[in-house]
Amino acid sequence: MPHTHPIELLRFNTCGSVDDGKSTLIGRLLYDSKSLMEDQVEALEKSADITGGGQINLANLTDGLRAEREQGITIDVAYRYFATPKRKFIVADTPGHVQYTRNMVTGASTANLSIVLVDARLGVIEQTRRHTYIAALLGIPHLVIAINKMDLVDWSEARFTEIRDEIEGFLPKFGSFRDVKFIPMSALSGDNVVDASTKTAWYEGPALLHHLETVYIASDRNFSTFRFPVQWVNRPNNPTNKELHDFRGLSGQIASGIVAQGQEVVILPAGIKTKVKEIWSYDDSLAEAFCPQSVTICLQDDIDVSRGDMIVGLQNLPGRSAELQARVCWMSQRPLTAGKKFYLKHTTQIVQAAVTQIENRINFTTFEPEYQPAGLGLNDIGTIRLRTAKPLLFDGYETNRLTGSFILVEQGSNATVAAGMLFPPLEAAKPEYADFAI
Amino acid sequence: MSSYHLDHLQYLETEAIHIMREVAAEFERPALLFSGGKDSICLLRLAEKAFRPSDIPMPFLNVETGHEFPELLEFRDRRAKELGAKLIVRTVDEAIAKGHAHPAPGEISRNKLQIPVLLGAIEEFQFDCAIGGARRDEEKARAKERFFSFRDSFGQWDPKNQRPEIWNLYNAKLNPGENMRVFPLSNWTEMDVWEYIKKEKLEVPNIYFSHERECYRKGGQWLPVPPPHRDATKPDPYAGARPKANEPIKKMIVRVRTIADMISTGMIESKTETIDDIIGEVSAARVTERGTRADDKASEAAMEDRKKAGYF
Repeated sequence: MPHTHPIELLRFNTCGSVDDGKSTLIGRLLYDSKSLMEDQVEALEKSADITGGGQINLANLTDGLRAEREQGITIDVAYRYFATPKRKFIVADTPGHVQYTRNMVTGASTANLSIVLVDARLGVIEQTRRHTYIAALLGIPHLVIAINKMDLVDWSEARFTEIRDEIEGFLPKFGSFRDVKFIPMSALSGDNVVDASTKTAWYEGPALLHHLETVYIASDRNFSTFRFPVQWVNRPNNPTNKELHDFRGLSGQIASGIVAQGQEVVILPAGIKTKVKEIWSYDDSLAEAFCPQSVTICLQDDIDVSRGDMIVGLQNLPGRSAELQARVCWMSQRPLTAGKKFYLKHTTQIVQAAVTQIENRINFTTFEPEYQPAGLGLNDIGTIRLRTAKPLLFDGYETNRLTGSFILVEQGSNATVAAGMLFPPLEAAKPEYADFAI
Repeated sequence: MSSYHLDHLQYLETEAIHIMREVAAEFERPALLFSGGKDSICLLRLAEKAFRPSDIPMPFLNVETGHEFPELLEFRDRRAKELGAKLIVRTVDEAIAKGHAHPAPGEISRNKLQIPVLLGAIEEFQFDCAIGGARRDEEKARAKERFFSFRDSFGQWDPKNQRPEIWNLYNAKLNPGENMRVFPLSNWTEMDVWEYIKKEKLEVPNIYFSHERECYRKGGQWLPVPPPHRDATKPDPYAGARPKANEPIKKMIVRVRTIADMISTGMIESKTETIDDIIGEVSAARVTERGTRADDKASEAAMEDRKKAGYF
């Protein structure tokens, strides 16, 4: 029946190595939560008869491209949707094959939770560490380690504990997740996926779906510091309504924090202080708005503000600099070397940027930085320094995922070649209020 | 913090508005694909929310196969007018007459013929971006598609080489001749669309509600009997798509769940009078929305193949 109470949305991604059973797991979640429709099951059965020797292949549900079905691997992020009476879910099924790590970054960048699959027979492998590392790097608050194919190790508690201990050994080095859950399961048979398994009496935790339904996500958002990158200036051309004749609104999505009507704000980079006259939305004028709402802000004073500017609160001003340090995930076949120029997109603006130095590259065996590498290759992660043609208004990625992130776009091909996470600013922006009296 | 909380529909809405505004800010000549169907009805409301009190800063574009439900066309024209938007319509018939589109021998469906018409309109008006109402839950090739889906100068989608889409940073850079398809409803499900229509009290064409209609059984579906061919001076646009002698006509109470055109939309038997009835029906449904679309049943990769060629 249609629900009547508001339902929360949880975004998660699944990652792991090839053949760890990611697509099977999602297929299982959809199948067992009755989110699959008869024609989808029919299509599965049809392709099972043709290519699978009669066995239904749950992975075929998410492997939507012909090349994926042919090769039996997931190439690109596939998005799936399902709902239970408790929550709605957006699932990004991200590829395990090493050459598609960039797609894992894509799928994980918007996730609240990451599921890293581990094949119980193989235990921790390079991809396990890499994906856990990327999840930590992207600041995903919640982590699930799904120790899969437990049926193939006779549901051995010793094996489960061994793998868990190994992962717990290296996790603290990667960063801090808000919570980490280890779940023994078999995606193929469905044990501990939707329903608790009868084969893991030694395991006291929840089945996966129960955890997904109940993990606490309300504090995942940053409500403390107001950041509003101006996206689009709303100025009606020929308003029929005379009241709108002088309407000048600044539209955008609140990146973090809360804003209230009447509140004092600073316009950056101009450094001008003013007040919020109105928070305009199509439905109503709002007394207050919060992240991630999309609103239109009208200011008390008629100030020249354009796309790429930022409206912020008086406290905790962001950094402002053209010299930046960032960790990047490199996503192009052509290696990154110092001296290359790119377009850099950060919040709502695009500036030219030059990579001035590649400080280090993470070694995915030791997870230690290697200094002064020749460059960064496809799927490498490293720390770089950049200079932008215009100073950015930014926060450290750790405190703000939206004002602390950027992408690099290759000039000419226009390919997106890097995902960047900024280091915290060395000093805050210093607006001069003195010349502006309210 | 519970007062600073968005439910899932509000979350999907704010994401879609953000994308709409990115389009307005980043592209020179965007268009919004509006068919009058339920998904594009949501797009219009999102455009209003993104851009009001200004005008919606892009024209509406629709590609007609020539087999449309008349109710849908009436609704489309009226809504565009009510919103003060410019509506551009290009048709498969026109394209065939001009030699831009060539029907395959024996093929009655004009689904694929929409591709050259759409690409032709993009070229004619120099659109660099077209916003569409496609959703990832509709079909598994769509499940792989980005919000900003890059098309080369032939209008082609290259699924193996898509631009990574990270955080909410959409790469809208294009070289001349290339264009972008943008799908603000990517993360919406069929249920979300109906719940949004209910919440926003949006009007939908009456064929979404149960009505009496003559149908005939074909390919496991109930297809609507096309309107009679009246103008004998012109060829019957539904030639080949009329019920044969062994396909008896039945008067039924039906509605559409998804709308293509009259020859590829399966009608479902239903007694729904309100949006709530529809929501109840969707939540109890045991087949997907596209299970009633003949155009998708051609093969397992039917959608992927059309998208690679430039489909919506």
